[in-house]
Formats: sequence, structure tokens, C-alpha cells
Amino acid sequence: MFARFLGSLARQNVAVEFVFLLAILVRLLVGLSSYSGAGNPPTFGDYEAQRHWMEITLHTPVREWYSETPQNNLTYWGLDYPPLTAYQSYLHGLFVSAFEPEAVGLESSRGYETPSSKLLMRWTVLLSDVLVFFPAAWWFVRAYYGGRSGTEQAWALSILLLQPASLLVDHGHFQYNCISLGFALAAAAAIIQEYEVVGSVLFCLSLNHKQMSMYLAPAFFAHLLGRSFQKRRPLLHVIKLGVIVIATFAVLWAPYLSSAEAVLQVFSRLAPLKRGLWEDHVANFWCTTSMLPVRAFKWKKRLSVEAAARLAGATTVTACLPFMWNEIRRPSKQGLIRGMLISGLAFFLFSFQVHEKSILLPLLPATMLALDSPWVVQWLAPIAAFSMFPLLVRDGQALTYVASQVLYLLIANPPPSGLGDSCVWFRLAFPASLIGVVVIHLGALFLEPPAQYPYLKAAAMTSYGFVHFVLLVLYLNKKVFTSRTQLERTLEKKES
Amino acid sequence: MNGSLGGLVGEVQGARSGIGGHCQGARMAPSILWIALAVTCLKLLLVPSYHSTDFEVHRNWLAITHSLPVKQWYLDETSPWTLDYPPLFAWFQKLLALPAPLVDPLIVDVKKGLEYDAPMAVLYMRATVMLSDVLLFFAVHNYACSLPASKRALAAGAVIFSPGLIMVDHIHFQYNGVLLGLLILSIGLIKSGRDVLGGVLFASLLCSKHLFMVAGPVYFVYLLRHYCRGPRKFVRFVVLAASVLSVIGAAFGPFVYYKQIPQVMLRLFPFGRGLTHAYWAPNAWALYNSADKVMSVVARKMGLRVAERAGALTGGLVGESGGHVVLPEVTPLLTALLVLLSLLPCLVRIWRNPRPSEFLRCVAYSYLCGFMFGWHVHEKAILTAVVPLALLAVESPEEAGRYFFLSTVAHFSLLPLLFEPREYPIKVLLTALYCLATSACLQDHFSGSSDNPQSSEPKTANLMSAKSPDRSEVTSGWPEHDAQVSGGEGTEARKQGLLTWLERGYLIGLVFVELYASWVHPALLGGKLPFLPLMLVSTYCALGIAYAWVLQLRLVARTPSKQSMQ
Repeated sequence: MFARFLGSLARQNVAVEFVFLLAILVRLLVGLSSYSGAGNPPTFGDYEAQRHWMEITLHTPVREWYSETPQNNLTYWGLDYPPLTAYQSYLHGLFVSAFEPEAVGLESSRGYETPSSKLLMRWTVLLSDVLVFFPAAWWFVRAYYGGRSGTEQAWALSILLLQPASLLVDHGHFQYNCISLGFALAAAAAIIQEYEVVGSVLFCLSLNHKQMSMYLAPAFFAHLLGRSFQKRRPLLHVIKLGVIVIATFAVLWAPYLSSAEAVLQVFSRLAPLKRGLWEDHVANFWCTTSMLPVRAFKWKKRLSVEAAARLAGATTVTACLPFMWNEIRRPSKQGLIRGMLISGLAFFLFSFQVHEKSILLPLLPATMLALDSPWVVQWLAPIAAFSMFPLLVRDGQALTYVASQVLYLLIANPPPSGLGDSCVWFRLAFPASLIGVVVIHLGALFLEPPAQYPYLKAAAMTSYGFVHFVLLVLYLNKKVFTSRTQLERTLEKKES
Repeated sequence: MNGSLGGLVGEVQGARSGIGGHCQGARMAPSILWIALAVTCLKLLLVPSYHSTDFEVHRNWLAITHSLPVKQWYLDETSPWTLDYPPLFAWFQKLLALPAPLVDPLIVDVKKGLEYDAPMAVLYMRATVMLSDVLLFFAVHNYACSLPASKRALAAGAVIFSPGLIMVDHIHFQYNGVLLGLLILSIGLIKSGRDVLGGVLFASLLCSKHLFMVAGPVYFVYLLRHYCRGPRKFVRFVVLAASVLSVIGAAFGPFVYYKQIPQVMLRLFPFGRGLTHAYWAPNAWALYNSADKVMSVVARKMGLRVAERAGALTGGLVGESGGHVVLPEVTPLLTALLVLLSLLPCLVRIWRNPRPSEFLRCVAYSYLCGFMFGWHVHEKAILTAVVPLALLAVESPEEAGRYFFLSTVAHFSLLPLLFEPREYPIKVLLTALYCLATSACLQDHFSGSSDNPQSSEPKTANLMSAKSPDRSEVTSGWPEHDAQVSGGEGTEARKQGLLTWLERGYLIGLVFVELYASWVHPALLGGKLPFLPLMLVSTYCALGIAYAWVLQLRLVARTPSKQSMQ
């Protein structure tokens, strides 16, 4: 139905405009809901963290942003993202203070929440999304799906823009993932169009906004390396990209490059080793297996933090190696995006200090594959949002969650075309898996867990998500080595 | 809608195709269910948005009907928002209040519940509006089944996604969806020849909200001439009258028994309200008021002595529009006569030849007349004309153009209803998206390609290639997409679009009016002349709605051509 509707709009050349406006509307509507830590002193939540960073960056000198000073108490939401987040906070701080200076007053504004400041804060996220993620999404769709019909492009765009997990985390819970994900998406678009230098710079911006973009780095690394080997002078090309990357980092880190100490200070803020293998309830390998009644799996008890970090690092790398090897030998546009998906999932499942919100990173490449493997995103997006439900319900977003999930399911049917991979058992398994989601939700709503398992509800939700993610990553690995899509075959036929 | 979900939905819906037994429910149901679910998602997201005092009004009515005996309903004055809808609506509110104590007993507490708006209470009240909209979905489904298959989803979407309904019911807070559902159901039944049932439903609509009375003459004349004919016309008349009167009797009977009819009538028809509402509904009287203002200013400039009346110029802002300065006063009787007079051509036409296919237009026209000339009309009343007309929009390119024009002006005129900055972008986007979607879908439908929805974009290839060179290169690879121009009913529409240049220019003017009213005026003048933006919006929209009314009048007054006889 949605695809047919988009078809009508596409024939009148307004489909893209419609999707953009609809995406803005849905973001505004999600933004009506509550946010993380609303009215919950003394530490509040992510909303307060972002507001606090605006306050710090606006009123203290750049050099002190990451250091403990009388004005900057690092134990109260100290800045723990790379410099681009800090610059972004500064800009947003300027925006907010232009309308409501009290909202970002130094020290005086802690826990500041008024309806008007909430509105301003929501607008900073919306503007970031519209200025970074929206153009990136359109660029990507034109670059990667340029050969598809207008209807299909508009549909792919709406999947990128209306996937519920991102909507809920950025515009409900309150974060700025749209910026780092937007830069990663733009980087992929640039590299697909063979602007490798631009792509590298964009990906560095993404990394410097949130270090979690590292989840996608193996794919970019393998793809660019593989491409370099196809050039006449591979080494020169690699060096060129290396210099670009270093230069971008140098520019962004410039205020802290005065001494090794300053760099290390920022660095120590970004890699909080103390915080343990995972946080809260995460649908990843470590958290899920530790709930099994097997003593060997009680990771947090059995392993020191360093040992856990090493183990996590080793398993993550192992999970990434197969596709990287394949991508270095035979780099392809689709291989890049699939690689992003696999490495994103591998990092989410195995790496150190994973948050439930990190599922957004593998979800981005899944939405990018919307037309290639429609069933992947049709399935993954609702499950990913479901795996974050314990977090969302804490924020008071249960209603928003239900509405955006259903809305997504309503638009997730791809336009009819023979070009995506199909998956036979998807037609049976997908409704079954959705029924499972509904059953768990109903169970959590009406049943109380036994006293000795207070976290049973959250555990059930994350484990359910975990099973899906593991199956998906196994399937994708198999796919990387066995098949090409029909699209590739069609395109090859056309070229020859 | 494809895939397993669609299949599932189809099976479930196929089982109950409803009153419209003649409909192939299985084909229509998935798309109406899709539309209903999608719009409900939007409504759910709107739950935390601003709600007006109408929220408290209805909460209070829930409390009154739930907690007090019937005898007290029209007497209770605990809250200033006393019950002033007819009895059937009160019963409806009582029904909605039944499960409320399970959620929060304060919702239905007459005294302790005053001004109560805890999040769960808001959710409960909003949910009752959403649930009662199911009647609208059902009515639209029932009506759409009488249309050709390719037009059904379009008509249903045009009604159900109406931003006016969403803004008034799900942000501002009212129950128009269910009432319009009742109206559309009644029209649909009459269109399919079930006159008595349609009449009964209309009677129950009147007993729920008496503002729908304006279409009474149309119903009366139509049923008299269409149903009460043939050899047994007297028997038929008695049957009809008995069924309609029994509905009215059932609704008002208890209050006759309690001897409260004068009290009920006092509540239903409050005296002492002015010709226009605080924000002038964009109708003939808005033009009349503006003309009066302009003339009084001009007269003063020319040195004539005109009665100075405080507040006369701020009539657009403060409650009663203080009397006119230059032009003669308007009385309620005059407005009633004007409404009847404007209805006359329509009634004559029905009298001469009552046609089921024209019934919808006549009803919508009567509401348009009521809106244009009625006494103390609210801006929201335009929905009673616009929403049914959406069902006509799919009939021809001309109808589509007329509907698009009227609906755009009407929805625009509703924007001042939501005045908080948080809802500003939401209301603008809702309206803009609806305009974009209806204009594109209607245009596309009449371009002849929509009968074959699977073959995507024959036109995109052509039009896009003119716009962006890389697109043409891209699309040329797909032979089936290349120009496949099919003629049909809408080639004309395709050449010139749905609107004339004058109409387009007027609609573009709306953008400038909005820019002035919401941005330029506050920026330049600040708090000065606060009435001016609203007066401008109302007067400008009144021109558009008057134009749309004239178009409808011409259609209704025109002698039926041979083509439309068929």
C-alpha cells in the first residue's frame, strides 16, 4: 500500500519531497514524548548530559573541556565523546542560548528543564538530523540505487529515514546519533561514487563524533584497501588515504595537540575501561550468555576487566576477519555495505562496553540494503527497537515505541520488483517472530516476574533480540561467500 | 500491501465485509485497514500534544453522564462546561465512561475530577476518540465500496487522513470523527437505496449534535420524493416518519418525562452569542465584518463622524464581535433565511428529480451553506462540508480540483486553532503533506496510469529526464518504464493540472498570508494590532471558501445535463 502510494507520488515527482517532510513530521511527533531522565534528579539522563556539554563548551575554554577543573566536574556527565561532539555541543549551545540563555548557564543550569528549553533541545536534534542525515541519505540512495525506479528510491529513502530505533533514540530518548551515522552514511555514498578521499574524511568525522563508529571501520578499511590493490600504485594510494585520515584527525584534535598529556587526557575520557564488559541489559553475546546457568559464562565475575577487554577484542576481530578477507580480495559496493552490517553486528555482539543503543550502528547498513535485501531490514529494524524496549520504557516512551513500530511495519513492504534477494522462509518466520515480540510484550505487561529474577522481563527482551542478531550474522557470513545478488547479475548482463 | 502481514489482514477482514454486503470486502479491506492503522499511529504519537479546554469539557461530560442520574445531566452546573449537546451524545459519552474507573476513577468524578489531566487520563480520553473513529473507518469503507475499485483507497485516504480531523479531534480534542462517520454511513446507505436506515441514522446524528441540522431540509425533501412514492406512498411515509420519530423520541423521551425539555433546549440553543465567533470563521460574515471595518476606517479618514466603538476593530480577537459601525446589523433570523435561500436551488433540484448519486453533493452543499451564512459559526464546522466532499473528489478531474481547492483553504483556515509553538511545525506539516499527497494522487489517478499500479512511473522517466540529466540515463535501462501514455478520463487534467491559474495563484497567496500572520507581523509589529493576522487569515480564507461555495452552487443549480442523467 505504501509502495503503491509512493508510486503515485513518484509519477508526479513529489515522492522524495513527501518522504522528507513525512520524516520531519514523524520526528516532531516522536519529540512530543518524554526523554531520558526527565524530572529525575540528581543525575537525570542523556538529555541532561547533552545539555551539560552545551553549558561546558559554551562557558569554558576548549583546552579544559575534557579535564577536571573547578567549573568542569567530570563525575557529573563529563564529556566522553570525541572532539566533534564537543564542537557540535558548542554550536548547539550557541543556538539554545540565543533563545533561552538560562538553559545553558554555567553551573546554574544543572537539571534545567522547561517546556521551552525542551523544545529548543529537540530542535537541535531535528536540525542536526535534517542537515546531516537527510542529505546523506539522499546522496546514498542516488549513489547506490541510482538505477532503480523513482518509487524504489523513495521507498529506500523512507526506510532510511523512518526506521524506528533511530527515531526513538535520537528524538525520544535524546542523543545525536544522526550526526555520526549521517557522516558514516555519507562516507559510504562518497566511496560508492569513488570519491575515496572525501569518503575517508567523512568517515573520520563520523569517528570523531562518536567513537562507536569504529564498529563500521573494518568494512571501510577492508574495502578501501581492496580498492587500493586494484589501482596501478597501491602503496601510494594507501599512503594518500592514510595522510588524509591523519590530517583530518589532526585538524579536529588541534586544540589538544600541544602535549602528549593533553591527548592522553582526552583519550582516557573516550575509553572508559572501568565501566565493564557491557552496560544495563544488552542483546549481545556476553550479556546474554552470562544469564545462562553455566558458571563458565559468568564473565563479569570470572574475568578481570583487562582480560575481558582482551577476550572481547579477540572475538570481535575473529568475527570480522572472514568478510574482511573477502572484501580485500574482491571489493564491491555491496560488499562495503554488507561488511558494515557484519562488522557492526560483530562489534555489537562481541566487543567491550556495549550499550543497547549501539544496535543503531549495524542497523544503519541494514537500512542501506533496503532494496538489495528487503527482508533483512524489514526484520532487523523492529527487533532492534524491541531489544531497546527496557530502556525506552524507562524513558516513558512505551506509547511512542508502539506507534513508531507499527508505522514502520506498515511502510516496510518493498515495492514489487524482482531485484532484491528473497528469502523463502522469511514469509513464515517473520510473522512468527513478530508474534513472539507481541507475546513477550503482553507477558511483560501483565505478568510479574518471580522475586529472585527481578530483571526477567528485560532479559527476555534482550535474549530474544540476541537470537535474531546471531542468526543474521551467521546468514550474512554465508551469503558473503556464496552468492551475488540478482542486481549484480542484471548489472553485469547490462554491462556486457 | 503485500507480504504475510497483508495476507493475514486480508483474511481477517474478508470475514466481515459489513453492511455493504454488495462490496468485495476482501479487496478493499486491506487498504482501509492499512490507512486506519497508519492514521492511528499518527494519532497515538499526538497523545502528548496540546489539548484545548474542549478536553475538560468532554471529561466533564463523561463524569456527568457516568456519575449522575439522567435527570441531573442537563441541570448539573458543577463545572462551567455544562452539557450542551443533545441526549444521544450524552449516552455516547456515558458509554465511553464505562471503563474509565478501571483506568482512573478521578476521570469520571464530577467534583474531584475538575481540570484533571494526568497523563493516564489524557491517554484514556484520547483513546476514546481514536476508538470511536472506527465508525468513521467503517462508514468510509462502506461508502468506498460503491466506487470503482481503483478509486476506493484514494477516497478513503482523502477522508481518513484529513488534517482537519486530526487537528480538531486528536490535538484540539473533539469527537467529530465519529459524528462524520455517522453522516457518511447515512449518506452511503441512501446512495445504495436504503432510505429508511439512512434517515434513521441521520436522525440519530441530529440527536447527537444538532449542528448537523442544516442538512435536514435536504434529507426531508429527498426522502419524501425518493422513498415516499409509488402506489403505497402513504404507508411508506408513515413507516419513515415513525422510524425517524422513534429515534428522536428515544433520545428526548426521558427529558419529556422529567419535564426538562425547556432546560435542554436552553442548553442546546444558548442565546446571546454574537454573529461571529472569537476567531471569525471564514464565511460571508467574515467578509461582511471586514467590509464594515474598512468602510468605517475610510469614513473616518474622509472626516465623516462614525460611532467610535471600543473593541470594534479588535472583533477578530475578543469574544463577541461588537456591532457593525457602517453596515446594518445582522439578526439570527436573517442568517437563517439566507441559509434557506441558498439551499433553495438544491431543494428544487431534489424535488424535481431525487437522485441517489447526487445526494452526497447536496448534503455537503447544505453544510457549506450553513457554514457560509449561519449564525455564530465555528471555524471547525467547515469539516462537515469538506470531509464528505473528499468522497466526491475521486469522481472526475473537475471534482478533484474543486475538492483540492476547498480542502486546502479549509484546512489552512483551521491552523489558528493550534497556537502553541510546539504544535506549529506539526500543524503546518500535516496540512502540507495532505495537500501534497492529495494533489499528487488525484492528479496521478486522472492521468490514467493508476489502473495499473504495478507498472511504475511511465511519466517519471519523461519528466525527470527534463529535470536532471543523470536520471534519464538511469531510467533508459528499463524499457517497460518508457513512455506509455494512456489516455482516458483525465488527459485534459493532465495537460493543465487540476486547478486554473487563478486558483493556483490564490492558493500560493495562502503561503504569504501565513508568512505574514505568523512571522512577519509578530516580528515587525510585536504586540501591536494583535487582531490583524487573524483577521487577514479569516478574510482571505473567506474569499476562497466563498468561491468554492459559488462553484458548488453552480453545480447544484445547473440543469442536469444528459451526461449526468446516465
